[in-house]
Amino acid sequence: MAKVQQISASAAADLVKDGMSVMVGGFMTCGTPEDLVDAIVEKGVKDLTIICNDAGFPAKGVGKLIANGQVKTIIASHVGLNPECGRLYSAGELELILVPQGTLAERVRSAGAGLGGFLTPTGVGTTVGEGKDVITIDGVEFLLEKPLKADVALISGNLVDKVGNIKYRGATRNFNPLMATAAETVIVQADSIVEAGAIGTENVETPGIFVDYIVGGGK
Amino acid sequence: MMDTKGFIAARVAKELKNGDIVNLGIGLPTLIPNYLDPEIEITLQSENGFIGLGATPKEGEEDPYIVNAGGQPASIKPDGAFFDSAFSFVIIRGGHVDATVLGSLQVDEKGNIANWIIPGKMVPGMGGAMDLVVGAKKVIVAMEHTNKGKHKILKECTLPLTAKGQVNMIVTEMAVMDVTEDGLVLKEYNPEYTIEQIQEATEARLIIADDIKPML
Repeated sequence: MAKVQQISASAAADLVKDGMSVMVGGFMTCGTPEDLVDAIVEKGVKDLTIICNDAGFPAKGVGKLIANGQVKTIIASHVGLNPECGRLYSAGELELILVPQGTLAERVRSAGAGLGGFLTPTGVGTTVGEGKDVITIDGVEFLLEKPLKADVALISGNLVDKVGNIKYRGATRNFNPLMATAAETVIVQADSIVEAGAIGTENVETPGIFVDYIVGGGK
Repeated sequence: MMDTKGFIAARVAKELKNGDIVNLGIGLPTLIPNYLDPEIEITLQSENGFIGLGATPKEGEEDPYIVNAGGQPASIKPDGAFFDSAFSFVIIRGGHVDATVLGSLQVDEKGNIANWIIPGKMVPGMGGAMDLVVGAKKVIVAMEHTNKGKHKILKECTLPLTAKGQVNMIVTEMAVMDVTEDGLVLKEYNPEYTIEQIQEATEARLIIADDIKPML
């Protein structure tokens, strides 16, 4: 495991290449690393597959990448608060894969946990179940849902120490700690960067072993 | 004088019991806490990652780190707790939510619900709704009885389903209905309407409860 590096948002954006799959933390942009998103908008990489709880808003969160035409596919649970996403999907310019929120979270968790998938009752008897294996356990039907991983995860943390340990604040946790486990390269945007150990071992929510790069601080 | 949404919310509020863990959908269901009996204390779960959802903060007092599941400024009670999205759905899918109240585009006599997509027209996505209706112990649909006269309570949903056979109760401005194995049982009626008017506004056949009574 290489040491965690502190880099600029611009250098972090250079790690994202055309056609990559990118997980972005946050829920309706609460807990989304906006500086990282902005840096990727500036670079203009294309054909990204974005994995995020939602499509954000037209001018906030992953909505900025969508509006800038950088997204080929979005995998999300909800896109209703970003009309631009719906417009591009209807025009055939954006592939949209809707996943129930609990299933999306657990698919990411499964990838990070090394599981081959999981069985959920969610989506049985709906279009979400089409093409998926239905497995009956003790008389109850479940869908087999497979893990979901990515090339890069962009997450945000409130306190991040210099070895990458993360503490979140408020409701910003959401998908961030899950995505930290499920991507080849993990970049965390920190509100504050603190000395190693300053968070306190019992307060660390994502251990630094999952993190490759730290951006930001000073908020 | 209560408006239609307030009237529906007030009736749903009577279904909630002291100590219930409740998840409320966006829109009409968020009005329900305003109508709770002061004796009844419930704990609200917010699927973006906490229990103990509090009152909407006043303007200028919003905390950008705390939003509700609709992305709007929110607050947490001092005895609440934050968690990640996987754990949020451990609570939801794992049967630890006593009741969920949500609106719907369509619902039918088999307890099927369709509220996440109108193909070709509106593609908002299901968010946490598919997990909620499958996982919550009691699923209450709170909505206006018709869509400007067009039936919403059907023999069989025509829109893509959110879940099969998960709805327990439907509360509208006209009536309270239980979903049973025999179909929809009309338990309560709004005295401003006749039973015939309620049936006319409902595609599914209504079974009149023996102990039918006025709403509220």
